[in-house]
Amino acid sequence: MYRITAREDLAPVTKLFKVYAPEVARKAKAGQFVIVRIDEEGERVPLTIADYDRDSGEITIVFQEVGKTTKQMGLMKVGDEFASFVGPLGLPTDIEKYGTVLVVGGGVGIAPIYPIARALHEAGNKVIAIIGARNQSLLFWEDKMRSVSDELIVCTDDGSYARKALVTEPMKEILSSDHKPDIIWAIGPAIMMKFAALATQPFGVKTIVSLNSIMVDGTGMCGACRVEVGGKTKFVCVDGPEFDGHQMDWQLLLDRQRIYLDQEKRATELFEQHAHGGCRCGEGK
Amino acid sequence: MAKVAPRNEMPRQDPHVRGRNFDEVALGYSAEQALAEAQRCLQCKNPTCRDGCPVNVRIPEFILALRDNDMWRAVEMLKDKNNLPAICGRVCPQETQCEEKCVLGKKFEPVAIGRLERYVADWEIGQGVRKPTVAPPTGKKVAVIGAGPAGLTCAGDLAKLGHQVVIYESLHAPGGVLIYGIPEFRLPKAIVRTEVQYVQSLGAELRLNSVIGKLATVDELFAQGYDAIFLGTGAGLPMFMNIPGENLNGVYSANEFLTRTNLMKAYKFPEYDTPIMIGKQVAVIGAGNVAMDSARCALRLGADRVQVVYRRTKAEAPARAEELENAEEEGIEFHYLTNPVSILGTDKGWVSGIRLQKQQLGEPDASGRPRPVPIPGSEYEEQVDMVIMALGTRPNPMVFTDTPSLERTKHGTVVANEESGRTKRERIWSGGDIVTGAATVISAMGAGKRAAADIDAYLKNPQQTWWVE
Repeated sequence: MYRITAREDLAPVTKLFKVYAPEVARKAKAGQFVIVRIDEEGERVPLTIADYDRDSGEITIVFQEVGKTTKQMGLMKVGDEFASFVGPLGLPTDIEKYGTVLVVGGGVGIAPIYPIARALHEAGNKVIAIIGARNQSLLFWEDKMRSVSDELIVCTDDGSYARKALVTEPMKEILSSDHKPDIIWAIGPAIMMKFAALATQPFGVKTIVSLNSIMVDGTGMCGACRVEVGGKTKFVCVDGPEFDGHQMDWQLLLDRQRIYLDQEKRATELFEQHAHGGCRCGEGK
Repeated sequence: MAKVAPRNEMPRQDPHVRGRNFDEVALGYSAEQALAEAQRCLQCKNPTCRDGCPVNVRIPEFILALRDNDMWRAVEMLKDKNNLPAICGRVCPQETQCEEKCVLGKKFEPVAIGRLERYVADWEIGQGVRKPTVAPPTGKKVAVIGAGPAGLTCAGDLAKLGHQVVIYESLHAPGGVLIYGIPEFRLPKAIVRTEVQYVQSLGAELRLNSVIGKLATVDELFAQGYDAIFLGTGAGLPMFMNIPGENLNGVYSANEFLTRTNLMKAYKFPEYDTPIMIGKQVAVIGAGNVAMDSARCALRLGADRVQVVYRRTKAEAPARAEELENAEEEGIEFHYLTNPVSILGTDKGWVSGIRLQKQQLGEPDASGRPRPVPIPGSEYEEQVDMVIMALGTRPNPMVFTDTPSLERTKHGTVVANEESGRTKRERIWSGGDIVTGAATVISAMGAGKRAAADIDAYLKNPQQTWWVE
């Protein structure tokens, strides 16, 4: 079992957990993910590693409450345990000295972009960072991002905080400026990554995205997470999660994310009917 | 051999009922049926049945004890060579192994060895499995990677011999293909759990959720003090056909479909959290055991029509005869000499049909089976909303991260000696599907058993030269 050692509510629906998993923490690198499972009835959910501490043996995960499982996770407290916490999975980010790098985190994507920005910064790159969210309440880690970037731009879609803009606007400005980045990372909801990749394509700057596909085992066994990159089928779990955003078949990715929408809706409704304060009684388990 | 009673049939659930539930299909012998079947055994002076068994189970001995109504002795004889008899009694292809070699089978039907094995193993489970005697600790440590049939067998044998064994399993439940692949109605998961607990009772430690290659490399395991490593990670990577439409919503690899259904218990959604699509018109591509399992799961999940599509004929179908028969009885349709050319989809990205082409058999190919040759102009379409690709699997390369010195074939399988399981790298043994490519549970168990014997010999005498280049 894998115990939650710290919890922080980053936004009303965005939660941070630190989980004690020393073996995972020992090997974790920026860009990798874990698969968590709450209990014996639970599904296996991939979550990108937001931070790791090799000394304390903790992995930080950040998630947004969207469906049954993440809502149930939102009720977990310090001291509660995950039945499974598997990792570090996927290929780590290719950290090198590229020169100037642009890192972009949208919404809950700010969490996975942070360790990448930090590693790129430590590798001697000039890091320009953009973080954005729909509104102020969904924004987090501004200070942490500032500490690992040479320049930080903050924006909200509705202008409730900082600059009113979608992240693609400052991205285009930076790409048109004199200090054009050598490479870009953009992480966030699929639709944001799609438009980020479309925005950078005309400038010819390689843009890496990190995909959070539906998975089961996370080790290449099932193929649930398959995507098409450059016309070839790839498994996000073992070939990714990072891919060249300019090569992605975005429509396929968006379609495949919708496979279980009906079932997810049903499970969420059932959960909310029964989840009076987190009690799972009456669920027929 | 003048008068031989006919082979005793094993009761099964009615096909019309079982096609809609996940309960076990084959119900097992009653005590009377088991005794009657045991009476058929000739107790040959030179039994040939044992030679047909990859782990050389003491077949005549356990049947004799059963006949004498000495059940604990039957258990002892059975488990002398086999740590997982309740599993083998259910999923072994006995018709091509022990039963094929049964002397009685030359003129009559062979003794139903598999059904007797199951009966004895289930009897023991009913009584409460006894902990066997284990040799005193040797102080040697072995890491077994993968808790499937090969790994569990190897671990059980090594633990019995007094070695300290740790089994690393990437999934959250032990059993490998026994737990994620083979469905409940063919192999109840409670049986797998009992057999795994038996291996643990021998002293083997199980570490779940541990992906070797990611959590630790093989070299790091050696650095942690292991004296030997057995790799039994199976063949878990699904194959696809690379035809248009294969990534549409509603196309599953058999691995994904079965893992969701069996390991994750999606058939109990929403009591269990993992969802699965319910196909109404399902096409399963392939005719191996995995294809039969997929087709029969699709039926039980609520499909109206399930079609198995296979490019050769029934004679070449790799599935066990019994599984083909079970599927036919349950109403699964078979389209032989047929192959998909593309999968058709809606503008929203969901499967809407499949385009098929008739085949004819040609000259034998590399596998020795006649090559299917497409018949031009024979394409036609079928309306389906789900397609399951059951085309076979390859070894997962993940375990080899940072282990470049381990020699592999172009198919990704590990090069290992068939008799000893020794790989080209010192102190690493391997066996099961990772070496042979997808094969049977019992052949993987046989490989695990032979490797355990060789590892034990090595641990007792590590000074001897074991690897020569």
